[in-house]
Amino acid sequence: MPNPSAPRQNGRQLDPQVRKKNFEEVAQIFTQEEAQAEAERCLHCQNARCQANCPVGVQVPAFIALLKDGNIGGAITKIMETSLLPAICGRVCPQEKHCEGNCVLKAKFGAVNIGMLERYTADTARKEGLLKTPVCAQKTGKKVACIGSGPSSIAAAAELARAGHDVTVFEALHAFGGVLRYGIPSFRLPREVIDAEIETVKSMGVKFQTDVLIGASEKIADLLKQFDAVYIGSGAGLPTMLGIPGESAVGVYSANEFLTRVNLMQAYKFPQTDTPIRIGKHVVVLGGGNSAMDAARCAMRLGPDSVTVAYRRSAAEMPARAAEVLHAQEEGVAFDYLITPKEILQDENGRVTGIKCTRNELGDPDAKGRRRPVEIAGSEFILPADTVIVAIGQRPNPIIAKTTPELKTTERGVLALDEQGKTTLPGVYAGGDIIRGGATVLLAMKDGIEAARRINAYLNGGK
Amino acid sequence: MQENTILIKEQLNGAVVKFVIYKPLIARTAKAGQFVILRGREGGERVPVTLVDWDKEKGTITVIIQAIGKSTSLFNSLNQGEQFLNVAGPLGTPVEIKNYGTVAVVGGGVGIAEVYPIARALKEAGNRVIAVLGARTKELLILEPQMSELCDKTVCATDDGSHGMKGMVTDAIQSLHDGGEKIDAGFIIGPIPMMKFTSRLMDKLGITPYASLNPIMLDGTGMCGCCRVTVEGKVRFACVEGPMFPARTIDFDELIRRTSEYKPLEKESLENYQKDHVCKCGLH
Repeated sequence: MPNPSAPRQNGRQLDPQVRKKNFEEVAQIFTQEEAQAEAERCLHCQNARCQANCPVGVQVPAFIALLKDGNIGGAITKIMETSLLPAICGRVCPQEKHCEGNCVLKAKFGAVNIGMLERYTADTARKEGLLKTPVCAQKTGKKVACIGSGPSSIAAAAELARAGHDVTVFEALHAFGGVLRYGIPSFRLPREVIDAEIETVKSMGVKFQTDVLIGASEKIADLLKQFDAVYIGSGAGLPTMLGIPGESAVGVYSANEFLTRVNLMQAYKFPQTDTPIRIGKHVVVLGGGNSAMDAARCAMRLGPDSVTVAYRRSAAEMPARAAEVLHAQEEGVAFDYLITPKEILQDENGRVTGIKCTRNELGDPDAKGRRRPVEIAGSEFILPADTVIVAIGQRPNPIIAKTTPELKTTERGVLALDEQGKTTLPGVYAGGDIIRGGATVLLAMKDGIEAARRINAYLNGGK
Repeated sequence: MQENTILIKEQLNGAVVKFVIYKPLIARTAKAGQFVILRGREGGERVPVTLVDWDKEKGTITVIIQAIGKSTSLFNSLNQGEQFLNVAGPLGTPVEIKNYGTVAVVGGGVGIAEVYPIARALKEAGNRVIAVLGARTKELLILEPQMSELCDKTVCATDDGSHGMKGMVTDAIQSLHDGGEKIDAGFIIGPIPMMKFTSRLMDKLGITPYASLNPIMLDGTGMCGCCRVTVEGKVRFACVEGPMFPARTIDFDELIRRTSEYKPLEKESLENYQKDHVCKCGLH
């Protein structure tokens, strides 16, 4: 019998005082006992809302039922019927917005910890050799190119391979994973997990190439000569800067640069690795999203005296996941709200010395319903800082759009799609941050999976 | 043939090595003014290097590397038949090639090699091309014969007067001007102070200057913004919008400050490397 009123298992985390000095995974995998207890809380609802609200349609009640019966192999196979990257999803999906946010137990007893159960299933199955290469349909003889190797593109590649197509993934950098590799730190998503999930996709016959920047090395038109369809999942590779004076002072990083140095280039291991990073005594991160949290928590691990997240609205409007904010706070990251940066101050050598800011109060709600920050007259003050990380969002990388005149973009620079998810170029589909601006890993995967279905229909329908 | 294989390695002088690398994808589409990103080992840096030449038929690209820090020293220790770990490109916006009239291509040190393909493309576009080549001393002045053969006129300047005129490239440009040369545009590649003073002089002499900037880069695809430079008061990303920019309004002082950010760490890294590295080249 299900036991919904049993306390929700939240798992264990590394001690904040220990983890703030290393890059090891913070959230520890469930023990078998924890997983069993949590699985037994699930009511296995008919018409389950968790499943209906999963961007990639994971069959939550069914996999938890198999897990409860000790059938790890069955559980992972069930998950992988709809999602081929379970160890990544279990870790980085904002479950509180999707499955867990819609769990019927949420209000009364606390939602089932679906994220941790998915991760437990994926990690355990992989360790015990129960995670099998998904069966692919008979070869269709059709070739598809996927641009980028981030979550959107690999999700698309995996689904296309499953449908029997011959898929090649082109990555511009030297390592695969896109934002999973350069953006998300290893203490949230260990590098081995990314490697293992990509290995699964490779085992399905998908070919992966590094060092190919589509738009530069090869144009979309070149790809269309070699492939029957193209999926663009090239992501949000363009940082948004503030546009205030002093932004090019020495010691100012975009979140993308800071995170890329730390995560992709492993600068925290310098000089064992060759890419350096410099951290000052007082780090200020400007922004309140998940990248801001990742940057702040990475910065903390490099050993400064203080790390402060400065956000222009209040805690209630902050877009970062509550769990990330809590983890950052536990690690000693300070939060200062209702601040607008006006100018980055520098010394005679061009090094950052502080940020001239104003205080805000909350005004009327904006179009998204979040209350707008309004500057308080005469509230100017200086926030001391010697390292500033600008984490106020990303936009789509413009290289493909610029070099492919046939592709239309919107005012925001994202690729324009029709109702069928097609771009304005026949045979070319797109998804993830290149059409959304800056969204989440899971929405990127959802786009990839849906585009794969459309590409499949397009290829099966003939040309 | 395996991609990224070094087909030819040629030591041009003490610290400067020319590599011809098998990389058909880049050779096919490369244009003057573009660059590649190289990595030499796992854990290695991504180092932007200007393309000096390419051959579509043979599928090769040529780069010239001056050993300055650890990564470039490691590159230059690679031998013929070995591979670079990663070669990505061609990156950056090509130089706008058209008939400007009379152009000066100005190279300092290894910048001579980097400005060579631009000189060639400008020549093919019908320009009268004057090469102005500068180096500290004769031994460091590379590619002079090739430049002389290509260009309508070639002048050299060395700091110590060991070859050509004694002085800087700015002195050579001033004397060309004083001698009645009417130059319309200048394309400058070299150390930042050299580009700064050459740009200023050209602007004063009524020559439109362009300079190829070498800020620190990471991905080289416009993703990180680390290469931002200020041109005409606007922040520009050198990796995708450059590396060549109209030079009259480039904030060179900011570029010097930003490229100096990691000097102490780079020095530490090089010293560690030299301590541990048993050199295979047999030269030192």
